Amino acid sequence: MKAAVLLIPLLPLLSFAFTGLLGRRYLKERSHYVSVAAVGISWLLSMYVLVEVERGQTLSWQLYSWIAVGRFSVDIGFLVDQLTAVMLLVVSTVGFMVHVYSIGYMHGDKGYYRFFAYINLFMFSMFMLVLANNFLLLYVFWEAVGLCSYLLIAFWFPKRSAANAGMKAFLVNRVGDFGFSLGIMLIFITLGTLSYSGVFASASTLSGGMATAICLLLFTGAVGKSAQFPLHVWLPDAMEGPTPVSSLIHAATMVNAGVYMVARSNPLFAQSHTAMMVVAIIGTFTAIFAATIAMVQNDIKKVLAYSTISQLGYMFLALGVGAWTAAIFHLLAHGFFKGLLFLCSGSVIHALGGEQDMRKMGGLKRKTKITYWTFVIGALALSGFPGLSGFFSKDAVLTGAFAEGYWYFWIVALITVLLTAFYSFRLIFMTFHGEPRTDPKVFAHAHESPRVMTVPLILLAIPTVIGGLMLGIPPENGHIDRLLHHIFEAAIPAGEHVFGPLTLSLMIISALVGIAGILLAWHLYERCPWLPNAACKRAGRLYTLLLNKYYIDEIYAAVIINPLRGFCGWLWRFVDAGVIDGAVNGAGWLAMGAGRLLRPIQSGKVQGYLFSMFLGLLALMVAYLLFNI
Amino acid sequence: MTPLQHYLALSVALFAIGAWGVMARRSIIVVVMSLELMLNAANIALVAFSNYSPGTPGRGEVFVFFVLAVAAAEVAIGLAIGIAMYRLRERLDVDELDELKG
Amino acid sequence: MHSFQQQAGFPILTVMTFLPTLGALVMLALMRGRPQLYKSTALVTAGATFFLSLAMVLKFDQSSADFQFIEKVSWIERLGASYHMGVDGISVLLILLTTLLSLVIVPASWNYIKDRELTFFASFLFLETGMLGTFCARDLLLFYVFWEIMLIPMYFIIGVWGGPRRIYAALKFFLFTMAGSVLMLVAIVGIAYLARPDRYAAPVFDLDQLQKAVFSFPVQVAAFLAFFIAFAIKVPMWPVHTWLPDAHVEAPTAGSVILAGVLLKMGGYGIIRFCIPLFPDAAAAAVPYILILSIIAIIYGAMVSLVQKDLKKLVAYSSVSHMGFVTGGIFAFNVIGLSGAVLVMFSHGLLTGALFLLVGFMYERLHTREISLMGGLASPFPVLAAFLLFFTLASLGLPGLSGFIGEFLSLLGLFSYNKAMAVVAASGIILAAAYLLWMYLRVMFTGTRDEEWFKLSDLNLREIASLAPLAVLAVWVGVYPSTFLNIINPSVNKLVTQMAPYVAQHGGLLTHLFASRGGL
Repeated sequence: MKAAVLLIPLLPLLSFAFTGLLGRRYLKERSHYVSVAAVGISWLLSMYVLVEVERGQTLSWQLYSWIAVGRFSVDIGFLVDQLTAVMLLVVSTVGFMVHVYSIGYMHGDKGYYRFFAYINLFMFSMFMLVLANNFLLLYVFWEAVGLCSYLLIAFWFPKRSAANAGMKAFLVNRVGDFGFSLGIMLIFITLGTLSYSGVFASASTLSGGMATAICLLLFTGAVGKSAQFPLHVWLPDAMEGPTPVSSLIHAATMVNAGVYMVARSNPLFAQSHTAMMVVAIIGTFTAIFAATIAMVQNDIKKVLAYSTISQLGYMFLALGVGAWTAAIFHLLAHGFFKGLLFLCSGSVIHALGGEQDMRKMGGLKRKTKITYWTFVIGALALSGFPGLSGFFSKDAVLTGAFAEGYWYFWIVALITVLLTAFYSFRLIFMTFHGEPRTDPKVFAHAHESPRVMTVPLILLAIPTVIGGLMLGIPPENGHIDRLLHHIFEAAIPAGEHVFGPLTLSLMIISALVGIAGILLAWHLYERCPWLPNAACKRAGRLYTLLLNKYYIDEIYAAVIINPLRGFCGWLWRFVDAGVIDGAVNGAGWLAMGAGRLLRPIQSGKVQGYLFSMFLGLLALMVAYLLFNI
Repeated sequence: MTPLQHYLALSVALFAIGAWGVMARRSIIVVVMSLELMLNAANIALVAFSNYSPGTPGRGEVFVFFVLAVAAAEVAIGLAIGIAMYRLRERLDVDELDELKG
Repeated sequence: MHSFQQQAGFPILTVMTFLPTLGALVMLALMRGRPQLYKSTALVTAGATFFLSLAMVLKFDQSSADFQFIEKVSWIERLGASYHMGVDGISVLLILLTTLLSLVIVPASWNYIKDRELTFFASFLFLETGMLGTFCARDLLLFYVFWEIMLIPMYFIIGVWGGPRRIYAALKFFLFTMAGSVLMLVAIVGIAYLARPDRYAAPVFDLDQLQKAVFSFPVQVAAFLAFFIAFAIKVPMWPVHTWLPDAHVEAPTAGSVILAGVLLKMGGYGIIRFCIPLFPDAAAAAVPYILILSIIAIIYGAMVSLVQKDLKKLVAYSSVSHMGFVTGGIFAFNVIGLSGAVLVMFSHGLLTGALFLLVGFMYERLHTREISLMGGLASPFPVLAAFLLFFTLASLGLPGLSGFIGEFLSLLGLFSYNKAMAVVAASGIILAAAYLLWMYLRVMFTGTRDEEWFKLSDLNLREIASLAPLAVLAVWVGVYPSTFLNIINPSVNKLVTQMAPYVAQHGGLLTHLFASRGGL
C-alpha cells in the first residue's frame, strides 16, 4: 500500500517533468502518451487503495521531516483513510477521463504538450492535497493546485480575457489563502502542532472563541478555493480555460478542496457552533445566489460554472448543519455528474467550432446523439431526478438540514432545487432542441466528437446513473455513511437518524420540486419559446441585475481595486518621490544653501584670515585667563 | 643680570609689530619682512627662556637654529611668490592674491 | 605578536576571501586586451572561490553554534585591532550565497558590457573580497574596513557601467551608505574605548571580547541606533529605501544581482551579528518600533511595486517588501522568526538575483525595461517565460519553492510575538501576488506587440546555465529546507537564548497596546 500511495502522486509528477522538458522539442503531438499512461496507472492504484481502505486498512506515514525549527516541526507525510480514499476516487477517475478526453479536445493545439504537462502537475498537486497528513502540507498543495488552475485558465494567454481570468483566479484565491494561512498559524500557536492527528486529538482543549477564530480563518480559505460568496467571482471567469480544465479543476476536483478541508477539520468545527452556522449560512446563500444567476446566463459554460458554485454551496450547507457525510456524498456525486456536464459542453463547443453562446445553438440533438444523451443524464442528476446519483446526495443534504432543525435552510435549499432543475433544462432545451440558430454553414459542419471524447462521456455517465443507488441506499445509512462514519464520529451530532417516513416524505417533496423545475423549463423553452423574452422584458431591472451577476465584479472594481491602485500610485508619487526623496534631496539643498551663506567669509584674502585667526586666539586666551578652562 | 621680563618685553614688542605688519601691509615684501620679525621675536623668547631655565642648556638655541633654517626657506619661497606675482600682475599687492575665494 | 590560533590548519577563510582579489590583480597585470582570457580567468576565479566556500560548508560542523575556521593574527596592536576571521552558521549560508551569485554573474554578463570589460570583471572580484570579508570578520575594525571596501567597486559599477542617470544613482547610493557608515564608525570607536578594562588599555575591537562587555543603557541605545541606521539603510528599511530603486535601475544587470542578492543581506546580517548581541537591552527595547517599520516596509514596498512601470524598479521595491520580512522575523526574537529571517535572506538572494538576471536578458533583447512596451513575450521566448514564471512564483511565496518557507516562518515568528502585526504583514503576501502576477501578465501574456521579436533568439545555453543553479536551489530550499536550516539552527538558537532575558525584561509599548503575546 505504501508503494501505491507514493506512486499515485509521483507518476503524474514524473510525467509532468518529462512532458514539460521534452514536449516542445521532441514529443509534440505525442505528448499525451506518457501523461495519460501515468494518470491511468495512478487511477488503478487509487482503486487499489480504495479497496484496501474498504477492507479497513488505513495508512499514516511520515516520509521525511520537512521544516524543523525550534518547536516548529512539520513532516512531509501521507494519511490515507476513508475520506482520502473517497477523494482519490473522484480525483483519479475524473482526472483519467479528462486526460483521455483531452487527447481529442486539445488535438492540434499549439500548446498540446504544455497542456498535458500542466494537467499532470495538477494531478500531482491534487493527489498530494488529499494525501497530506498535516495542515501545512495541505496548504502547500492547496496553493499548488491554485497555481495549476492559474496556468490552465490562462492557457490561451494571448487572449486578454484568459490572461486576466487566470490572474483573477489566483488573486482571489490568495485572499482566501491569507485567512487560511493565518488559521494554520493560529492552530500552531495554540496547539503546538500541525499534524491532523495531533490537532484533532487536542481540539477539545480549545476555548470557544479560539475555536471559532481558527475555524473561520480556515473557512476563509475554503470560501476562496470553493468559490463561495463573496469570493466566488473567479470561477465564472475561469471558464476561459480549455473545457477539460473546467471539468477537472473547476467542477470535479480542485473546487472541492474547500469542502474536503472543512470536512477533514470536522473535529475543529465541532468545537464551534458559531463557525458551523457561518459555514451553513454562506453555503445556503451562495447556493441560491448562484442559482439565480445561472438562470439567465447565455454562455453554456457560465451556466455550468454558476451551477457549480451553487452546488458547492449545498455542500457547505451540509457541512454547516453537521451532515458531514451528506456533504462528501454530494461532493462525490457532483464531481462525477458535473465533470460529465462540462465534458459534454466541451463536446458541444467542439461540434460548433468554438461557439459557447446558447442563443446561437439549438437543434443539436440530431447531430450529436451521444453528447445529447449523456448531457441529459448529467442534467437529470443535477436536477435531482429520482434514481440518479444527484438525487440521493442532494437529498441527503436536504434531509440533513431539515433533520437538524434548520428548516429555514431547508426551504432556501428547496427553492434552489427548483432553480437548479430549471436552468439545467433551460440549457438542454436551448442547446439541443428547437430550431438551429447557428450559422447554417457551421451547423452543417457540426458533428459528433471523436470516440476518444465520447467514450469518457459514457464512462462518466455510468457512475452518474448508478452511483447513488450503490452508495446512498438506504438514505442516512447507505454504504457511504458506513464508510465515512469513522471520520466524522467526533463531530456527528448525537442521535442516529434512521430512514423513516420523514425522510421519505422529504425525498418526495424535493423530487417533485425538481420535476417541477424541469417542466417549467420545458414549458418556457420548448412549448412557448417566445415566453422567456417576454418575461425578461417584464422583469427588466431584475433581469439586468441577474444578467450582470448582481454587479459584484463592478462593485469590487469600484470599491477595492481602483481605490487601491489609486492609493498605491499616490504612495509612490507623493510619499516616495515627494516626501521621502524630498527630505533626502532637501538635506542636500540645505547643505548647499548653508555653503552659499558662508561663502563670503572665504574672501581669499590671507590677511583677513590671519586677522580672524588672531581674534580667535585672543578670545581663547581671554577665556583661559578669565574662566581658567 | 637683566631680568627675563626685559627680553620678553622686547620679544612681545617685536612680535606685535610683525603681526601688525603681516596683517595690515599690502606689499608682499613688507609682509615677508614682518613675518621675519615675528619669527625673530620667537627666537628671542626661546633664547631667553633657555638661558634662564636650569638643567637644559642649549635646548632653546637648538630650536632657534631650526627656526632660522625654516625662516630662510620661507623667505626664499615668499620672494619667489613675489617675483612670480610681479611677472603676472606687475604689482606686489597681496590683496590681488584672492584666487582662493569661495 | 600572536601566532596563528586556528582550528583548521588551512586558513580557508583568508584564502577564500582574497582569492578573488588575487585573480583580479593577475587579470589587471597580465591580461589587458585579451578578453577571452580574462573573462575565463574571472570565471575560474569565481568558480574556485565558490568551490572553496562549498568545501567550507561541507567541513562546517553543523552541531556547533561556535565560530569555526577561526584565524586570528595581531594586526594593529596599538589599537587592539586584530585580523580575526571566523564563521558561524548564519555567515556560512550567506557566504555560500555570495560566492554562488558572484559566480553566476560572470557568464551572465559575458557579452553585456561593451567597454572597459577588464575593469568591470575585476571590480566584481574586488567586490567579492569585500563581501566575503564582511561576512567573516570577527573584529569590528576589520569588519568596517571590508564594509567600506565593498562600497568602492559598487560605486564604480553603478557610476561607470550604469544607465543614463548613473551618476545621480551612484552618488545617492554612496551618500546614503556613507551616512550610515560614518555613524557606525563613530559608534565603533566609542564602544571600543568604553569597553577597555582600564584607561590605559588599548581599545577593544574584538567581537569575542566586546560581547562580554556590558554597556550602560544610554550608551547601548546610542550605539544601537548608530549601528542600526547603518544597517537599516543597507537592508533597506522604510523610509531609508529610496536609494535602492534608483541604484537598481541604473546599475548594470550584474550590479543589480549583487546589490539585491548580497549587499542588502549585509544589513540583515549586521543586525543579527552586531546590533543584537552587542546591545541586547537596546535591541529588546527597540522591538516594537522596528517591527512597525518592518510592517510598513512590507506593505508599502508591495503597494508601490504595484504601480511601477519599470521592471527593475518593480523588483527593487519588491525587495523592500521582502526585506521587511527579514527585519520583522529578526525582531520577533524567537527561533522560528529568526530562522525564517535568515532563510528569507538566502532565498531572496537567489530569487531576486534571478529576477534581475532575467530582466537583464530581456533588456539585451528588447532594449527596454518599460512594462508598457512589452507584452506577449511568452510566445517568442517560451524558455524565458518559463524561467520568469518560476522565479515570479517563488518570489510571491508559492509553497514548495524557497520564498515560502522563509516568509512563513518569519510570519509565524511574528505571529507568536503579536498577532495583529502578523495579520497586517501577511496581507503583504496578497499584494505580492498581485504585483508580480500583474507584471507577468503584462509582460508575458496577451498579444505579442512586435512581430520582430519572433526573429530574436530565446535564452541560450550560457544564460540558462546562469539561471539553472538558482532555480535548483530555489526548489531545494522549498522542498528540503533542512539542509539549510540545520546549518543555521545552532547559531539561531544561541542568539535567541542569549536574548531571551532581555526580551522578557523590555516588554515594549505595543505589547501593552495589543496584549496578545503568545508563548513561544
